[in-house]
Amino acid sequence: MNDLIRHYTTGVWLLLAALTASLWWLGGGSATSGVYATVSLMVIAFFKVRLVGIHFMELRWAPLPLRLAFEAWTLVTCLLVLAVYWAGQT
Amino acid sequence: MQREPIETQDHGAASAGEKYRQSHTPGETGIWVFIMGDMMVFALFFLVFVFYRAENTALFQASQATLNTHYGTFNTLLLLTSSWFVVMATNGVRKNLRRQAATLYGLAFLCGAGFSLIKVVEYREKIQAGFGLTTNDFYMYYYIFTGLHFVHVIIGMAVLVALIHKSLSGLREPGDLALIEGGASYWHMVDVLWIILFPLLYLMK
Repeated sequence: MNDLIRHYTTGVWLLLAALTASLWWLGGGSATSGVYATVSLMVIAFFKVRLVGIHFMELRWAPLPLRLAFEAWTLVTCLLVLAVYWAGQT
Repeated sequence: MQREPIETQDHGAASAGEKYRQSHTPGETGIWVFIMGDMMVFALFFLVFVFYRAENTALFQASQATLNTHYGTFNTLLLLTSSWFVVMATNGVRKNLRRQAATLYGLAFLCGAGFSLIKVVEYREKIQAGFGLTTNDFYMYYYIFTGLHFVHVIIGMAVLVALIHKSLSGLREPGDLALIEGGASYWHMVDVLWIILFPLLYLMK
């Protein structure tokens, strides 16, 4: 079992847990203004998605079109969510 | 075809034990068509939610304040941990560590069960407090999106049971590894969708 735990993805899991804690802190209201907190929340969340995709779903070894499709989904969805949110603020 | 390094017995260290394999799709192509299609549908859900939230921010913020952030955070950690177990289990299958792989898929299943239990408790609390599907737009989206995701979790748990069985019997047929990788990828997608739903529903300001 130790053999399986001593894998770099254990570090990725720890990073994902730390990022989740940062979301909890940012969402708790102790952070900066609402807009900046929301932008930070969503950017961190989509970064977590990328970490899961590349390292847990093993897309770093996948054929380029598949990896690009996932990366494009992450980037475009993040930008669209932020754009619609931003438009609602103005 | 490009060739890339993968980890084998030495877990990624650039040593003599490192092998090379051709670029590899984790699972059958069909499962990836399904995964990307499902992710597109949920992307649309995210946009619909943010759009209608902007139309009535005060209502959405007031409703969001009634949610329990601790439940959402804990459930996020449960799914992330289950994904980590699935990664280790799949690596175990590749190394023919059958019992260890089955145990790890079993632990991932337990995380999924924990997520489900918390979700049921949360739904129960909300309904008892008078927040139902028809209470307002926020709660309508909350129940539809988390409900659809919950269905994915239940299907994913059934997939994990199949992976436990499959990992115990070992890799016999040429397509067995692709089947296991496809199941693992599906479970990771369940995690991915929740990673976005959590801040969108519980935390956004």
